[in-house]
Amino acid sequence: MTVSPKVASWLQVAPMAFVFTAMVLIPLGIIFVVSFLDYNFAQVFPEIYMGSWQDALYSRLTVDLYLTVFKFLLITLTITFAIGFSLAYFLVFHVRSNGMRLALLAAAAIPFWTPGPIRMVSWVPLLGKEGLVNQALLGLGLIDAPLDWLLYSQFAVVLAYINLLTLAMLGPITHSMAKIPRSLIQAAQDQGASEWQIIREVILPLCKPGIAIGTIFICTAVLGDFFIVKIMSGGQTNTPANAIATELAAFQYPPAAAKSVMLLVVVVILVSVLLRFVDIRKELQR
Amino acid sequence: MMMTARGRPLSFYVLAGLMALLLIFLYAPMLCVYILSFQGPDGGMSFPMVGWSFHWFEVLFEGTGGHGIGDVPNSFRRSVRLAAFVSVLSTVIALSAGMAYRRKFPGSNFVFYSAIAAMVLPGIFIGFGIALTFNLMGWTINWWSSGIGAQLTWSLPFGLLIMFIVLGRFNPAYEEAATDLGANARQRFQMIILPIILPGIVGIFVSSITSSYEENARTQLNVGLGNTMPMEVTGLLTGSSTPVLFAIGTLTSLFMFALILGSVLLMGWMARRRAARSEL
Repeated sequence: MTVSPKVASWLQVAPMAFVFTAMVLIPLGIIFVVSFLDYNFAQVFPEIYMGSWQDALYSRLTVDLYLTVFKFLLITLTITFAIGFSLAYFLVFHVRSNGMRLALLAAAAIPFWTPGPIRMVSWVPLLGKEGLVNQALLGLGLIDAPLDWLLYSQFAVVLAYINLLTLAMLGPITHSMAKIPRSLIQAAQDQGASEWQIIREVILPLCKPGIAIGTIFICTAVLGDFFIVKIMSGGQTNTPANAIATELAAFQYPPAAAKSVMLLVVVVILVSVLLRFVDIRKELQR
Repeated sequence: MMMTARGRPLSFYVLAGLMALLLIFLYAPMLCVYILSFQGPDGGMSFPMVGWSFHWFEVLFEGTGGHGIGDVPNSFRRSVRLAAFVSVLSTVIALSAGMAYRRKFPGSNFVFYSAIAAMVLPGIFIGFGIALTFNLMGWTINWWSSGIGAQLTWSLPFGLLIMFIVLGRFNPAYEEAATDLGANARQRFQMIILPIILPGIVGIFVSSITSSYEENARTQLNVGLGNTMPMEVTGLLTGSSTPVLFAIGTLTSLFMFALILGSVLLMGWMARRRAARSEL
């Protein structure tokens, strides 16, 4: 018994296609439909009701939520890019031995094996009112009373994002940068380019795929996060994902659905713009 | 730049300093957790240490801490059970799908972009969608149906991407040689492809375990009765304020380290064994 190559591929990919259809695409469609339906507590009625969308689209709150999350996103992207690009440059062009390069990358990756919630608790002994940072600053006489904005604040949220997401930028940029042929750098040097000119005009443009992948990781992580922002801000700051989580906890399905579709549109627009800079499949196979 | 210069330029020292700062930034919080988990019985969640003890580990295992830490062992069992099923399923499904992508076929882009969508869409969105679908269909949410399904949407995209990496580096000459020698499709898969990509398959297996064990956004609405580990720890985060949290942190980290170290060693051993064989 032989099957044609096309059918063989279909059979092989069928289980995966089934999971994604049943668990991602159909639920996506259902969320979309439910966002237009009427509801009361934990129940959805098959009647058209536009109220959820009016709330989501026209309320001042929505604007505030998105302003907050884009502020977080912009700060996080700027800082993780600055650190990620500089350190990728360091790892690729300054570190001489391959072993050292791998060891440094591994060292940066190891803390990520500790589960997320634990990493959130770990800030308490450092940044809390009686934490090490406050103890040190008090001890040095720099402050008179403990700083209370170190933890449970927007500062803490951004700090946690940077802590968790710098590697998501560093990894892909290092990968892109390591593929730049040394002869290209040599050629630029021979033409009398300075180190800074080489970085700006040779290395940076060639790192675009890595930067795009890192940015995708960070955009989706920050826009989709409801957990870190809740814990690190002590429940005082809200983002769109957080608003959805709150409504889900109250069984308000249609408003949560409308807000989810909005968030989905934002994420899809961002990711499809970024995907123009990189072909993920080609990137992986080289 | 480095290739010509003998000594290190100033930028090297600046960047090396930045690297050191990043590592401190990454490790300092974790070290606090590990050290403070050995806090004495009278100590709190901050330094200084009030003596050293295993008190908080005992509290954890005996459930003597009072406020709601009784269910940690059961949550751990639930998480491990889920991770076991999800990792086996992910490995088989991703391996099979990866093999499909060795040829061009109609619909390949559809599955690939579904995978990208599953990966980049906010987890809470996918979790909500699955819960809503089950709710409207009148099906009960259960760890073995909606729970495993929800986790697969997170582990499978990574499995597929790992398969792309592994098969992208696969040298087709080995397979062509086997074909020339008269091997059929099954023999080629079992005796040529599988042994060569085995380290990658172990990689998919381990990444699926860790992503299942740590996933929360998709899982929490779909797992049914009883907490998983991340849900339990999150609950403790808001409910408890004793070093018992740090004891959980130290133990889960140890568990993860053992798992990952073990699999790295296993992959290294497989690669060495293959290299030794091909030298014969």
